[in-house]
Amino acid sequence: MSVSVRIPTILRTYTGGASEVPASGTTLAEVLDDLEAHHAGIRARILDDNGALRRFVNVYVGNEDVRFLEDLATPTPDGVQVSVIPAVAGG
Amino acid sequence: MSAVTIEKPTLREGAFGHATGLVCRECGHRVELGPHYACIECFGPLEVAYDFPAVTRAQIEAGPSNIWRYKALLPVPSDIESSPNMEPGFTRLLEARNLAAELGLDKLWVKDDSTNPTNSFKDRVVACALSAAVELKAKVFACPSTGNLANAVAAAGARAGLKTVVFIPSNLETPKQVNSAVFTDSLVAVEGNYDDVNKLASEIAGEEEGWAFVNVNVRPFYAEGSKTLGYEIAEQLGWRLPDQVVIPVASGSQLTKVHKAFRELVDLGLVEDKPVKIYGAQAAGCSPVSTAYKGGVDAIRPVKPDTIAKSLAIGNPADGIYVLDICRETGGAVEDVTDAEVRAGIVSLARTEGIFTETAGGTTVAVLRKLVETGQLDTSLETVVINTGHGLKTLDAVAGSVRPAATIAPSYAAFAATGIA
Repeated sequence: MSVSVRIPTILRTYTGGASEVPASGTTLAEVLDDLEAHHAGIRARILDDNGALRRFVNVYVGNEDVRFLEDLATPTPDGVQVSVIPAVAGG
Repeated sequence: MSAVTIEKPTLREGAFGHATGLVCRECGHRVELGPHYACIECFGPLEVAYDFPAVTRAQIEAGPSNIWRYKALLPVPSDIESSPNMEPGFTRLLEARNLAAELGLDKLWVKDDSTNPTNSFKDRVVACALSAAVELKAKVFACPSTGNLANAVAAAGARAGLKTVVFIPSNLETPKQVNSAVFTDSLVAVEGNYDDVNKLASEIAGEEEGWAFVNVNVRPFYAEGSKTLGYEIAEQLGWRLPDQVVIPVASGSQLTKVHKAFRELVDLGLVEDKPVKIYGAQAAGCSPVSTAYKGGVDAIRPVKPDTIAKSLAIGNPADGIYVLDICRETGGAVEDVTDAEVRAGIVSLARTEGIFTETAGGTTVAVLRKLVETGQLDTSLETVVINTGHGLKTLDAVAGSVRPAATIAPSYAAFAATGIA
């Protein structure tokens, strides 16, 4: 499945400054694998040493936080937007 | 498309006072002062680091009756008073004898932040964020908000002559919407909850140049404003720390900063060291931190909020794990209460102390009651509860449960018949 991934400012050094890049995969885990294949080093910024999402990063498939879905196993249908966003406090 | 949050400006000397840099709270990675908020190594939150000067009680007491009396301990320039700002802070610390008697506490105070310029504690954080935005030469002053922050940003931006754009959930209480719309022509109501609004703001911050989102890309500076609550409590108690404090928890930032303030005062020799138990208060309809505390786990599982305490309705609280750490380390706790208890808390504070608090304050008072009733809080110790905002902003929450005791003809006989006398 072909998806679009929105990249936060602090990871754009891995994408040549691009704020949005294409990737493919049927689940979020596969999308991150594909992202890594094209932008070496980026996955380790999003996942911790145990391969889980870092505590202070929020990943959305469409408009839903994947922690409310199936985490890294969340399906990524064709054309969906994946967003990687730092967690921020306060309101 | 490539974009930056704010162009890197040439900072003037002392633009951030005695701050020396930004440090990741998770991994310790250090970056220079600027519009940075997330660690490039681990996404952890960046916090302001300082090289504090020697500060005396007398110097602070000689300062203005607002948060700038603590300017040496904040990321603001020494001439901060010369910039247009709202001068919040130094709000009243009321000894709450009646509420203490009702709850069975020996000594209780209410730190009442409903008397700030826009009637909530958010004026404190926004004052610091505004200073950072001005020093970074931001063109737009903005925020995602559950209401109080929107009010504070819109008002402070107006006074500073900055364009403001504030984003709120579209189902927000009407008084909070009006309290923002009156100060700015760019109030944006987003169809979604606060977490949706927060996500949108983070995306905009990554795309638009020159925008200072107070709680996103200038967040490290913004968050420091909450320290002044802790400084004031200690100073108003006669330069000593209380035994325990009950603080509402939304994102958790305020609680962590009050704790930080107490530690800084000790480190600077301004107060004597002592244990201070810190308690967090949540509404049951949005209690991810309380749930984790009670479950004995370290991870916060996000929730979809459903509570009348909308200013606490942050389902994915970024500082939640630090709240857990602090409450556990200090011997406090995190507790939650139902919406009915929140309403009862509002009425209780109003009818014992004459303070009309918003739903967040009602939550805090109700949690205090629950902590006493469940034996989690020592009633012999000196306690402070923080009231973060004014009840007129959340009037609907109690409008249906308080009403005239009687409606009568204008005659003594009619009054006598009510039995009120």
